[in-house]
Amino acid sequence: MTRLAPALAVLAVFAAALGALFRWSVLEFVPGSLQTGGLTLANFRAVLAPQYLGAIRDTVVLSALTTVFTLAASYPVAYALARTSSRRVRSLILVLTLAPFFTGAIVRTYAWVLVLGNTVVTWPVPMLFTERGVLVGLVHFSMPTMILMLAAALSHIDPAYERAAASLGASPARVFRRVTLPLSMPGIAAGSLIVFAWTLSAFPTPELLGGGRVKMIANVVKDLGLDSFNWPGAAAFAMLALALTLALLALVGRFTTERAS
Amino acid sequence: MILRAAVAALLAFMTLPTLVVIGVSFNPTAILSFPPAGFSLRWYANVLTYPQFQRAAVNSLVVTAAAVALALPAGTLAALALERGRLRGRSVWAVALLSPLVVPGVAAGLGFLILAAALGLLRSRVVLVAAHVALVLPFVVRSVWVSVRNLDPALERAAASLGATPWRVFRRVTLPLLRPGLFAGLLFAVVVSLNEFVVSLFISNRVTEILPVAMFTYVVNYTDPTIAALSSLFIATTFLVVWLADRYLNLSRVFLHR
Repeated sequence: MTRLAPALAVLAVFAAALGALFRWSVLEFVPGSLQTGGLTLANFRAVLAPQYLGAIRDTVVLSALTTVFTLAASYPVAYALARTSSRRVRSLILVLTLAPFFTGAIVRTYAWVLVLGNTVVTWPVPMLFTERGVLVGLVHFSMPTMILMLAAALSHIDPAYERAAASLGASPARVFRRVTLPLSMPGIAAGSLIVFAWTLSAFPTPELLGGGRVKMIANVVKDLGLDSFNWPGAAAFAMLALALTLALLALVGRFTTERAS
Repeated sequence: MILRAAVAALLAFMTLPTLVVIGVSFNPTAILSFPPAGFSLRWYANVLTYPQFQRAAVNSLVVTAAAVALALPAGTLAALALERGRLRGRSVWAVALLSPLVVPGVAAGLGFLILAAALGLLRSRVVLVAAHVALVLPFVVRSVWVSVRNLDPALERAAASLGATPWRVFRRVTLPLLRPGLFAGLLFAVVVSLNEFVVSLFISNRVTEILPVAMFTYVVNYTDPTIAALSSLFIATTFLVVWLADRYLNLSRVFLHR
């Protein structure tokens, strides 16, 4: 218990910050002041105002699209990573996958500002400061996570199952559809839920690639909190993001425990 | 064959932005063109002489060093307690210790901002350090925990039975055997802290801000290739670290079941 004490002290500070967030989300906002009024639920009612509902809808739609595209783009890479017999290829894929994971959000997002902003090619349709461009950035941002989760799931599958199906006459496509894909379902479910949950609270990507024209929940929190000094309103939005994320991750927990039992 | 082409194309998609950043950073003019219109190191010189980046680099080093120095021992002790301690509700403690990972950055950031304002610490780096410690702690706990699990307690019992004091057993047997986990935890903690952006944006000002926040402000206000040069330096460092980690820590053993 004493060995846990230092870590628990750190957690206590973190919990105090979240507690402060919760407290301010139910305090009345006094415009033009950092003082607050009495207890109120008005901040949560304001979340449902039309201009904010739009941001919530955009966030959910963008997160869903990001999850689908990320899954489709990550599966082949994860499959190659889990199944290659060459240590050199495995290292190459792993380093190329992990490197963006380790370069910070600003570097990665700025790179897309350059690519989407007609530096390399002139795009036939506008990309930068549109939802299309934000989607590309979000997919790129989520791919390393998805690849690693899928590769971990795929490396659990005994290749003998696939060989058995093939030796019984199944075409490669059929082996994939009837054997590999179903066996990798737990990884697909967990990876998709985590990517969806993370994208719901994405901030730097929509902030820089959206250029103020694409607003997701986190951007609204920043606008209200840092630009309008409406901390109670921002806190209510942040609580919404927190609740959505926790609910989704609880689902991930359900999936993984069901698999274990 | 189709699979191989698809994998190559997808890896190219993942790598393309990095290559563009590096190319743009060598442009001789302020125009962002790729491939670069010539070769110049002026934006690298600009990075090194821009006072705000110098100040932010110092802040980054101070905050990361302080956060890692606090998180490494706290996380190591917690990992030992989770694996060895007589704990009730072990899984609950484990979830609690890893929980800062799943809290959205804007929620944690705004929470720390409100807390700092209440405590009158808005102008201090203390809040940045406190937040960074909490954010890197999960990585330390996870990395060290793996090493603790692989540690055979018989080795420590052997040292103790030969007369070593508990402190000596810890220093001469336990710690050296935990080295791979400690090293991985240190690596993750440093990389995560150096790159942390969202939470830091909320709780820093022009005097206390760390590099990613200063870079964000610069990107929003200017369009010359300076950030491309700074990003290239970040990317080069990161590739080196990941390559070394793969060479010496065998990353496929960390991330795949082999």
